[in-house]
Amino acid sequence: MFRRLPEATGAPIPFTFDGREMVGRRGDTVAAALLAAGISVCRTMAVSGAPRGPYCMMGVCFDCLVTIDGAANRQGCLVLLVEGMRIKTQAGAPQAQAEEGAT
Amino acid sequence: MKTIAAIEAFADRYDLAIVGAGPAGLAAASLAVAHGVDVVVLDENASPGGQIYRAVTSTPMTRREILGEDYWRGVELVQEFSGSASSYAPSTTVWNVARGLDGDSLGRDFEIGVSLRGKARLLRAKEVILATGAQERPFPIPGWTLPGVMTAGAAQIALKSSGLVPDGHLVLAGTGPLLYLVAAQLIEAGASIRALLDTTPRANWMSALTATPGFLASPYLAKGLALLRMVHRRLDVVGGITALRAEGQKRLNRVAFERAGRRTELDCDLLLLHQGIVPSINLSNAIGCAHDWDDVQLAFRPQVDAWFASTVQGVAIAGDSAGIAGGESAAARGRIAALGAAFRLERIGAGQRDRDAAPLRAELALLARGRRFLDVFHRPAKAFRVPSDDATLVCRCEEVSAKTIRETVMLGACGPNQMKAFTRCGMGPCQGRLCGLTVTEMITDARAVSPAEVGYYRLRPPVKPVTLAEIAALPQTADAEKAVAR
Ligand code: FES
Repeated sequence: MFRRLPEATGAPIPFTFDGREMVGRRGDTVAAALLAAGISVCRTMAVSGAPRGPYCMMGVCFDCLVTIDGAANRQGCLVLLVEGMRIKTQAGAPQAQAEEGAT
Repeated sequence: MKTIAAIEAFADRYDLAIVGAGPAGLAAASLAVAHGVDVVVLDENASPGGQIYRAVTSTPMTRREILGEDYWRGVELVQEFSGSASSYAPSTTVWNVARGLDGDSLGRDFEIGVSLRGKARLLRAKEVILATGAQERPFPIPGWTLPGVMTAGAAQIALKSSGLVPDGHLVLAGTGPLLYLVAAQLIEAGASIRALLDTTPRANWMSALTATPGFLASPYLAKGLALLRMVHRRLDVVGGITALRAEGQKRLNRVAFERAGRRTELDCDLLLLHQGIVPSINLSNAIGCAHDWDDVQLAFRPQVDAWFASTVQGVAIAGDSAGIAGGESAAARGRIAALGAAFRLERIGAGQRDRDAAPLRAELALLARGRRFLDVFHRPAKAFRVPSDDATLVCRCEEVSAKTIRETVMLGACGPNQMKAFTRCGMGPCQGRLCGLTVTEMITDARAVSPAEVGYYRLRPPVKPVTLAEIAALPQTADAEKAVAR
């Protein structure tokens, strides 16, 4: 869905997504690194089970929610990628509701 | 500039807290600090610039022509800020701003709930400037939640911060200056765009020209025309689109559109939607600032005075969050708001405040010329604001359909807050950011009243999700508990 321009030569940053090894670049957010790696789905919805992927890339939509190093509900588009991050698809929302504060 | 990298590094108290490090926030901080104000800038992004100047000092993009000179103008603002004595907290989320009540230990200070790297803290400030900017208007069409559908702004962010360009079959759709700017940037960056589906209503041309003859004298005219010409020359622009539909099972693989009553389909891997930007008002709404409906920009914006002070004493709102006026105006507005705050903090007198503001006001007046043309010309069609297709999801988070919203109005939900209670729309993590305007306009439409009368969600803190673990780890003073439990 996305490719990286040749001038984007930031240092490579290895991470895993659902156990698969991938490489992003310095300066990537988690969501950008996933898009660059060809991942377009990072969460599923509680009610319908529908897949979702990053929509706004600026913290508005929450469709980039993923689990990072065991912490659920992280907004992938706001978190900078760090070497060795273990990122996982976030399934459903029951857990999300228990974890989040009042709405 | 003093960068705050850990929650412990914050001071307990600042004179002025600025939320947002876009042009308004950066300009406000640099000027306030110069007048001896102790400032902290709180920003969600990892580097300063906001959305318009996103990653301007860290972008991997080296060919300047791809993003254009308007983008690089941000370097100066960021450098001025970096050289200032302001504190700067990147990657920091503000989830609450609350005013102390007379009699409690806060006095008249504000208490600001922030999170940084999974840890929360409550800070105090005497004055607050909200420079939260804008977000893209909701674009509720069938299939807009499918993976593979993103906003044009999202693609621009991926390009600016990571040097990513769309690959495969790409279609852009909608209206507004940013749509054409992103198209031009993606073309320059080497993306191949199958088509740009322009949803600008044909009638907008006439209403814009007759309503705003001043546009001929506007600084936007030459720039806008050059952009339009470039895009029209280099790609297939299909105008007069009256309906759009994103199709696919688990992800997008087709976009269908209607034009002059005829339906056409295009294979498509990535669909970028955009129909203008609207002020980000979640924080000002939760603080209790009064807002008005803007019938031209079709959005709510906070009431502000000549110093961009809101109706809540001590809270000013600058930049696009005070009504869309663009990045250059945002910086001037930020500086005016900073002068207002420096005056209230007794760092400058009224004479100096007024003198220093005069050239900024002149600049704003110049930049405002022709703005109305853009607003009227790019006013999105009702068909794309009030979905007629029953299955279209209005609330993405709670998956509430247009049908449910319409039926609930019939059952007697006469405002957005009742709608929320009946259907859960607006109760997900995005807190109405992507359904609020749609819900207001759908109720308006069904009840044949004005959006001003229908109003918007009444938002409550926290305005961004904060985990129970973070709240539990806060220092448990009585005031702290109140701020969270309000
Ligand atoms: S992609 Fe929208 S919040 Fe992250």
